[in-house]
Amino acid sequence: MRKFLKTAALSALLAAASAQAFAASITLLNVSYDPTREFYQDYNAHFARLWKDKTGDDVTIRQSHGGSGKQARSVIEGLEADVVTLALAYDVDALRIHGRNLLAEGWIGELADNSAPYTSTIVFLVRKGNPKGINDWGDLVKPGVEVITPNPKTSGGARWNYLAAWGYALRQPGGDEAAAKKFVGDIFRNVKVLDTGARGSTTTFVERGIGDVLLAWENEAYLAINELGPENFEIVTPSVSILAEPSVAVVDGNVDRHGTRDVATAYLTELYSPEGQEIAAKHYYRPRNPEVLAKYADSFADVELFTIDEVFGGWTRAQDEHFSDGGIFDQIYVIR
Amino acid sequence: MAGGTASLYARGRQTGRAATRDPKWAQVLIIGLGLTFFALFLLAPLALVFTEALRKGWSAYFGALVDRDAQSAIRLTLLAAAIAVPVNLVFGIAASWLIAKHRFRGRTLLTTLIDLPFSVSPVIAGLVYVLVFSSQGWFGPWLQDNGMKVIFAVPGIVLATVFVTFPFIARELIPLMESQGTEEEEAAVVLGAGGLTTFLRVTLPNVKWGLLYGVILCNARAMGEFGAVSVVSGHIRGLTNTMPLHVEILYNEYQFSAAFAVASLLALLALLTLLIKTVVEWRVARAQREGA
Repeated sequence: MRKFLKTAALSALLAAASAQAFAASITLLNVSYDPTREFYQDYNAHFARLWKDKTGDDVTIRQSHGGSGKQARSVIEGLEADVVTLALAYDVDALRIHGRNLLAEGWIGELADNSAPYTSTIVFLVRKGNPKGINDWGDLVKPGVEVITPNPKTSGGARWNYLAAWGYALRQPGGDEAAAKKFVGDIFRNVKVLDTGARGSTTTFVERGIGDVLLAWENEAYLAINELGPENFEIVTPSVSILAEPSVAVVDGNVDRHGTRDVATAYLTELYSPEGQEIAAKHYYRPRNPEVLAKYADSFADVELFTIDEVFGGWTRAQDEHFSDGGIFDQIYVIR
Repeated sequence: MAGGTASLYARGRQTGRAATRDPKWAQVLIIGLGLTFFALFLLAPLALVFTEALRKGWSAYFGALVDRDAQSAIRLTLLAAAIAVPVNLVFGIAASWLIAKHRFRGRTLLTTLIDLPFSVSPVIAGLVYVLVFSSQGWFGPWLQDNGMKVIFAVPGIVLATVFVTFPFIARELIPLMESQGTEEEEAAVVLGAGGLTTFLRVTLPNVKWGLLYGVILCNARAMGEFGAVSVVSGHIRGLTNTMPLHVEILYNEYQFSAAFAVASLLALLALLTLLIKTVVEWRVARAQREGA
């Protein structure tokens, strides 16, 4: 009897193991920030098809979205992301600094273009007809203009908003640190609602009808217009803005534990392929590939863009100076 | 105005007049105020949920409910409730029995602790579990090394739900058991019944309606909890989103009709709960009348 049981158990185990070997079905978790929901929905379907054709394996990609800083925090605390696709390099770097063996040094050089396969910039979304006459950053500080932006402490998009405004102020005649600090402080004095994530701010502006201008990711502004009707809103592109580089990375610690390094790497590399770039462009992310960019040139306004490295000396410095506890953002936001 | 109404009532009592013989205008005013408040703050939002849910027609409504992520959210919510309610049932009966029928050291402390989930914000409840089970926390590294997940997975959601629904059943039973005293149990023991028999044949039947009422409230809260669950969820679609979290996601994705459709399902569950609660209250009242 005992022998029979042993044999039965063994064969059941074997059957289970062989079933797994034949129909490998892989699950990847992509932890991302707010405005990428629609983009990755499309891209995941594309990648699953591609991977099935190439290897015969089924891959299911699960998504989690939220404010970029908050999402990084969750991954550090144990949300088992195979890949992160966050709003800025600093949030990805937080995994390396605070995580428990999550990310290796030099991750930003693992993929092309600073590990940012697509870029974006910051534009203004205003109500139809632009009743307050908002055409450039300078108009945001006028009395009576209500500005909507998420909180730079929790939202990646909001940090780009803040830095774009700062960079604009530096470029004005007589623009120095003190002038920029005053200018950005004046903008935040006009901020009525400070949500935690970009999507929350869009909902505040679009759905609840609060504010005159929303500082938004270019793709988020287009999405709002497409979803909720071009008859209600229009996009204003400022004279100058920042080149936002949302970074992606394979989370080393997690993929090694899950045994998903190959598929996770392929998932991110495919973002750079012409098909991946085209899906990004369709969702109003600026593609890195020049041919795809040329094809979608109509979608993207010609705007002078500066990078964070040029103006702020990179993310680590920008973060320390502006967004750390007691940093410049804390100083200007308390003074109100 | 409130003072005026109060003094009106005071005068009514002083002269021995029944409330029904208050001036007509006062009756109309007070009932009118009550009804307006009810219509504005309870009925209108409820009606809004259902009209918004059906704005795009019935097929869109059911489409939102059979969607894969919605189905998984519904399943997870039911699972969390199906675990939280029995756990709190056992705990609630045990705790209230201890507190109401016994005197021991630390009894007041236990009573206070049971109320803790009522007094702290659900967000803090969630954060506590993150602190304990995250990979930066006490047990997180060990759990991770052994391939186990608590937060950002189903166990964390169940834990958070159990925590916030902790007091419902015990809080319902303690006053009931205290008011009943221990005479019946003492009589049972004198007549030769053992501890278990006394508990099953005397204590439990005496509180059965209160118990059912507590279970209903506990279940309602378990299915509706947002804050604590949101903190420990990790928001993985199709895996760790409960119904309230799924509603938030749909709303943020501009799928307003779908968001309201799932919300209406939650509202329906709440209405069903209220219906059962009313029936239970009615049965209790009848049982008490017959008992007296």
